[in-house]
Amino acid sequence: MLLVILSVVIIGTFFVIAARKQQLVPGKLQFAGEAAYSFVRNGIAKDIIGGRDFMKYVPLLFTLFFFILVNNIYGAIPLIQLPTFSHVGGAYVLALIVYVTWIGIGIKRNGLKYFKLATVPTGVPFYILPIVVPIEIISNFLVRPVTHSLRLFATMLAGHLIVMISGAGIEYLVMQENVLLKGASVLVLGGAIAMYMLEALIMVLQAYVFTLLTAIYIEGALHADSH
Amino acid sequence: MNQAIISAATEGGTNPLVPNPWEMLVVFAGFAVLMYIVVKYVVPMFEKTYAERAEAIEGGIAKAEKAQAEASAALEEYKQQLTDARAEGNRIREEARAEGAQILAELKEKAASESARISAQAHAQIESERQAAVVSLRTEVGTLATTLASRIVGEALSDDARSARVVDRFLADLENQNAGVAK
Repeated sequence: MLLVILSVVIIGTFFVIAARKQQLVPGKLQFAGEAAYSFVRNGIAKDIIGGRDFMKYVPLLFTLFFFILVNNIYGAIPLIQLPTFSHVGGAYVLALIVYVTWIGIGIKRNGLKYFKLATVPTGVPFYILPIVVPIEIISNFLVRPVTHSLRLFATMLAGHLIVMISGAGIEYLVMQENVLLKGASVLVLGGAIAMYMLEALIMVLQAYVFTLLTAIYIEGALHADSH
Repeated sequence: MNQAIISAATEGGTNPLVPNPWEMLVVFAGFAVLMYIVVKYVVPMFEKTYAERAEAIEGGIAKAEKAQAEASAALEEYKQQLTDARAEGNRIREEARAEGAQILAELKEKAASESARISAQAHAQIESERQAAVVSLRTEVGTLATTLASRIVGEALSDDARSARVVDRFLADLENQNAGVAK
């Protein structure tokens, strides 16, 4: 839990310092900050939400991405080795924030008609609607926040477990009397390093996926009438 | 070993899908604080730089375009001035030429009239001198002729009236003779 607070301090400090001395021709730190910022701003918010009103959602997406990213990367740092979202609570909180946000946007934009727009697809024959509408309700309003949170949580927990298991496996093999079994620990170590690299990739990827899905949900709520 | 894996997976025997409320609270608070920092400081600062940079680039382009327009305007003006100057020069040259021709004509006219005047004056002078010479010749020739005649004839021709008559007659004869010769 201290790590969560630490992540807030790290992200806040870095970006405030990077953004503080703004110059038209950026220095190294400012350039890094701008690259990170424009990755979320242009690469996610502008590309997915687009239009004129994407700027309103940049802060949320930006905060989500870097909050998740730093908390995930904890899992790749030796001695810490614990991604925050390998506990499900944090993932629930973030998914709930996003859930409330996009439903709020949908209602604000389309009124209560939003629920009809989101659950009754256009161009579907009326006799299929009794089947389609429940599916839409379940997939959009019930399953979506669950998958959104569990995807992050499960990947982080699995990565955490894999690293822990390989660590335990190496320890177990080294303890054996048999020299060959001792030697086999080297193979496990090689596999563990490969898994560690994979986990590092997934940590970044899941932060991106979570933010990307948030942007897609917001876009769907904004333009519910055209879906 | 199996116990270790299970305990790692379940974080001490609890269901991994059941959240810890404190964890949720901390994540929520941390996220809220970070969101506040981002909304309050990070995004405005970056957006300000973006806007400034865009403005600097577009402003630079606008400035360059303005300079270009000014330069072409100045060029147009200079060309116009050059054309004007050329036209002015041509005009002045034409004027000078016309004026020169006029002056020349005036001078010629003046010279012609002057020469006519001079020649007329000369003619008149010559005429009057000729008249004077004729008159003086007439008297002197008369006098000399009478004197000579009186000497030859021995007769005094002292009577002026008579002598004048004789002389006139003589000269008239002479002139008639001359006119006959000229014819």
